[in-house]
Amino acid sequence: MHPAVSLLLFTTLSGAGFGLIAWTGLGFGPTGTWFAWLDAFVAGLLVTAGLSASAMHLRRPDRAWRAFSQWRSSWLSREAVLAAATSAVFGAYALIWIFTGARLLPLGIIAALLSAITVYATSMIYTQLRTVPRWATPLTPAVFLAFAAAGGALVLSVLEGGRSSPIAAIALVALVLAWIVKVAWWQRAMKTTRASAGASPEQATGLGNIGAVSRFELPHTGSNYLLREMVFQVARRRARAVTRLAVLFGALVPAVLLLIFLSFAPSPALPVLALVSHFAGLLCERWLFFAEAEHAVGAYYGAR
Amino acid sequence: MDMTSLPQPGAKKLGLVIDLDICVGCHACAVACKEWNTSAYGAPLSDQDPYGGQPEGTWLNRIHSYEVKPEGEPAQLVHFPRSCLHCEDAPCVTVCPTGASYKRGEDGIVLVDESMCMGCGLCAWACPYGAREMDMAEGVMKKCTLCVDRIYNENLPEEDREPACVRTCPAKARHFGDLGDPDSAVSRMVAERDGYDLMPDQATKPVNKYLPPRPKTGCDNGAAPDNLAQLATVEPSGLLGWVDKALAMLE
Ligand code: SF4
Ligand code: SF4
Ligand code: SF4
Repeated sequence: MHPAVSLLLFTTLSGAGFGLIAWTGLGFGPTGTWFAWLDAFVAGLLVTAGLSASAMHLRRPDRAWRAFSQWRSSWLSREAVLAAATSAVFGAYALIWIFTGARLLPLGIIAALLSAITVYATSMIYTQLRTVPRWATPLTPAVFLAFAAAGGALVLSVLEGGRSSPIAAIALVALVLAWIVKVAWWQRAMKTTRASAGASPEQATGLGNIGAVSRFELPHTGSNYLLREMVFQVARRRARAVTRLAVLFGALVPAVLLLIFLSFAPSPALPVLALVSHFAGLLCERWLFFAEAEHAVGAYYGAR
Repeated sequence: MDMTSLPQPGAKKLGLVIDLDICVGCHACAVACKEWNTSAYGAPLSDQDPYGGQPEGTWLNRIHSYEVKPEGEPAQLVHFPRSCLHCEDAPCVTVCPTGASYKRGEDGIVLVDESMCMGCGLCAWACPYGAREMDMAEGVMKKCTLCVDRIYNENLPEEDREPACVRTCPAKARHFGDLGDPDSAVSRMVAERDGYDLMPDQATKPVNKYLPPRPKTGCDNGAAPDNLAQLATVEPSGLLGWVDKALAMLE
């Protein structure tokens, strides 16, 4: 699948934004009014940036409002509705916090729950696709949720700047858990082929009971939408290198930095570096998520 | 409105039956489809760089050719037209967030209301058969309409009220009809020839069916010469024979 920059930014930024909303709603982070401003501003920025990136993916963004209508059947529509609902609830929570200084835990818990369901809905946009066997597993929502939790906790520990609450430790634990889930996802993915989803060239053409099916001639001499969007091959051969970068910058570097921060050097610069590194690694992870995924239609083209 | 939920399955299931034994891979159906649909339902089917070095465009029907190799026997060439199968459990419809994609209850045709489509492309990702292509000029999703603007069109002569691809196929490899009616000509054809679904494991329940190539008769029945080159060696006679002999003396 084509790793569109808009989708990489959408899934990573909005994930971190909803993660931040969730940890804030659960009562983590300082309580001062100045912090309420900062926290609400950054959460709003991340979520808005993520959703704007996803709108960039649309060819008719003027009709994006219609995506709120089909929540009964469509995960993409549910994602839109839930993102709006989460933002509204968290907006109310933040306003009350800013103007009265009170952090209403029940409202915060609702915002946290809605955040989690929103990230789940985002992941289901991909998980629901039987056509992309690497994505169609309950491990995909687990990966999205775990990375949203880790990213949100990292952002919160950056905003907090010191070691006054356990959020940096939570970020470290969430990070380790997220990568454990991701390794499980990768292990399944390595064993998952198009044929395991019933989409070998033989099953695609139904000619398998005559013999082995191979491409003789393509239907068109040039490229087309299908090939660009779903039979993405450019730079897939670099997947191993990108995997190493993802693990190095997404997992190892931030984990070590957080460990140093927590054990003997409470410099506010360390969580910042950890966050920057993690985000770079996460972009690599998301790039692989798309670039390595094979779509059933590739079977007709005799290619990935 | 709740369009992208699937309708209650109706009795009528309009669709195509494609005979892979007969198709000669001429692409006439794809050309006729492009010709009709670029000026009919919805936006035109645009081309990008049509006269340049990398021409491409939106097509609703694509003709592949495959080599099929039975074990220990000669390979066969099978031409394979690919277009929307108007699935009963159409995943392209249920994923659509805007309500643009829908399946009609009355005849099962799967359509896109282009005035509602936001061009997200998710429906094309959900279709295992590559039946949907984004129009790069209009920014909306295009797909086979089963020529919904021909089949019920009373302004057309009776014989033209079928999809353009079926009407045009010079080999009669394409058939149109009601696959929900077990007595229709298409349903009987499917029953007689063991018509099948593409990628049944994808659980889309396609309405369109494909008829398999008929079994080939083997080459080991004694009738076929071992060496075709023998047949091509002709002993010349008459004037040519004299010239041939004269030339041989000069060698
Ligand atoms: S063939 Fe593809 S586009 Fe057509 S109904 Fe089935 S899933 Fe949808
Ligand atoms: S591209 Fe259009 S028809 Fe397809 S899912 Fe998106 S809005 Fe619906
Ligand atoms: S027009 Fe008929 S014979 Fe030619 S490619 Fe289409 S189905 Fe095959």
